[in-house]
Amino acid sequence: MSAAAASSAIPITPRGRWGKRWILIGCLAWVGLLLLLPLVAIVITVVRSGAETVLDTLRAPDVLHAFLLTAQITVVTVLVTTAFGVMVAWVLVRQRFRGRSLMNAVVDLPFALSPVTVGLACVILFGPGGWFAPFFQQRGIQVIFALPSMILVTIFICIPFTIREVVPVLEEIGLDEEDASRTLGASVWHTFFRVTLPNIRWALAYGIALTTARAIGEIGAVLIVSGLLQGKTETATLFIYRAYEDRQTPEAYVVALVLASVSVALLLAIELFRHHEERERTRA
Amino acid sequence: MSTPIVVEGLCKRFGSFDAVTDVTFTAPAGAVTALLGPSGSGKSTVLRMIAGLEEPTAGRIFMGDEELTVKSVQERRVGFVFQHYALFRHMTVQQNVEFGLRVRKAEVEQRRTRVADLLELVHMAPFADRYPHQLSGGQRQRVALARALAPQPSVLLLDEPFGALDAKVRQDLRRWLDELHRELGVTSLLVTHDQEEAMELANQIVVMHEGRVEQVGSPGAIYDDPATPFVAGFVGSANVLHGEVVDGHVHLGSMRIPGAAHLDEGASAAAYVRPHDVMVNRDGGDVTAVVERVASLGWLARVSLRLPGGETLVAHVPKEDLHGAGEGDEVQVDLRNPKAFFAPAPEIQVEEVAP
Repeated sequence: MSAAAASSAIPITPRGRWGKRWILIGCLAWVGLLLLLPLVAIVITVVRSGAETVLDTLRAPDVLHAFLLTAQITVVTVLVTTAFGVMVAWVLVRQRFRGRSLMNAVVDLPFALSPVTVGLACVILFGPGGWFAPFFQQRGIQVIFALPSMILVTIFICIPFTIREVVPVLEEIGLDEEDASRTLGASVWHTFFRVTLPNIRWALAYGIALTTARAIGEIGAVLIVSGLLQGKTETATLFIYRAYEDRQTPEAYVVALVLASVSVALLLAIELFRHHEERERTRA
Repeated sequence: MSTPIVVEGLCKRFGSFDAVTDVTFTAPAGAVTALLGPSGSGKSTVLRMIAGLEEPTAGRIFMGDEELTVKSVQERRVGFVFQHYALFRHMTVQQNVEFGLRVRKAEVEQRRTRVADLLELVHMAPFADRYPHQLSGGQRQRVALARALAPQPSVLLLDEPFGALDAKVRQDLRRWLDELHRELGVTSLLVTHDQEEAMELANQIVVMHEGRVEQVGSPGAIYDDPATPFVAGFVGSANVLHGEVVDGHVHLGSMRIPGAAHLDEGASAAAYVRPHDVMVNRDGGDVTAVVERVASLGWLARVSLRLPGGETLVAHVPKEDLHGAGEGDEVQVDLRNPKAFFAPAPEIQVEEVAP
């Protein structure tokens, strides 16, 4: 009787252990094939095309301009989404007002919306005959088919990243430290820069890394609003798109590899930030 | 350094909930005043309104002759100690204490000496370069106190400062805070739900219940002469005996408890009697009761008694006064210092008696 009880109390059989192992092997194959294989393919293709192709591509004016444009869009996007993201996150966590939950939901809209739709909406607003077109035309500012609209759509798409990273951290930290700072005589600004900001810095860095990665990789919305003017409104992703269409595949691969390298670097940075954030969170 | 705090008709509404209603009291200069009440009684809200962290719906707050009601938190110059320490987690102990001095743009030299003095005062000097997460709860609260004292506030506000600590540390810190207060003499307002803590530390106690002040008085007055049934039940433990007022006494069954002369004839009333005011004798008392249970609390015994009318009564008596009476024995009972209050509906008689 005691033997029967003992055997029913031990659920891990050799078969159960094998089941676990097979799941692990399946997951490794899934991650390896679907996530890493494409990257490996690009690296091998570029290496095979030779050093000369790589150097020529990286020296071409169109390519350099494309990288410059991507960098400009990314920098402006990161600055704007970070500043407003922290503000929105702070308001969402620290203030109770009518429509707060609606605001909370609307913030995630860019996650759900297809970038192409965003691009089209931008054309409706700023394109030829668009709502705001006369206003900017009168002042001689070119919005659509130019840098401003490309930055605008990228910002729109990147809005949620910083907010979604900062909100949970602000919630967890609570109000006590900010209250303490104020009772010690610190102004609202001093409190923000000396107390709140240092507490959310890793979440913020994480949000910035995600935003950067997204801004660099954006193509759908930018494709619509850029007008595809070669050497003028062509970002790195748009260059890859056009080069591929024009059968200049080696150049496309080289630029793609550069973008992929930046992404991998960002990924490592993100991991580092997450590690720091988790360590900081375990403190109280 | 010592200024009285005066609170007049303070009210706070959160939506449709009245958290604080018409609270008025004075915290005398240089003394410790405790705001005592169960959780949800509005005591923390009062403290936060005095600090300026919460805006009153109505009422006025003064510090000495100066009206604080419309001043910003920063202008009030209060020291605030939080239940969960609220230390700046990315700053060292030294930087935490220095924060208030930096904000007020004190000279570097002055800052260094003040921080060093304070860390010495709270026995945290060897830990100046540690971060809050490297300290124990008691150490963190001492740093929080040094930080609050650094800018030389005119009053010190403490919000359940020992609430998050375990019993032993709480005892030590309480004694230590008492000494510190004697040394500094800064007007202090302490929020607590722990009556023992309030009794030990405070010169004056403000008992709060459901957003209102129930009684203001010295610890002795609060305990010996409770103004309301709530105070009688909350501060210290008490037996509650429900009956009817006849001829200035509370009658229940054959028992007549004195002290109800202020109540209307025929009204239903409740008499509050402390367990140590229940005298147990083998013979020669007012009422006969049956011993139901005897529990030893060291030199004291906690005796559960059943009265002829079926009510239970708890007595704390020195063991030798029992003269060997045990469960099932009949004893004689006398009640000292009963406090009678008007009690609208005679409820089920379940009284809270702490061991």
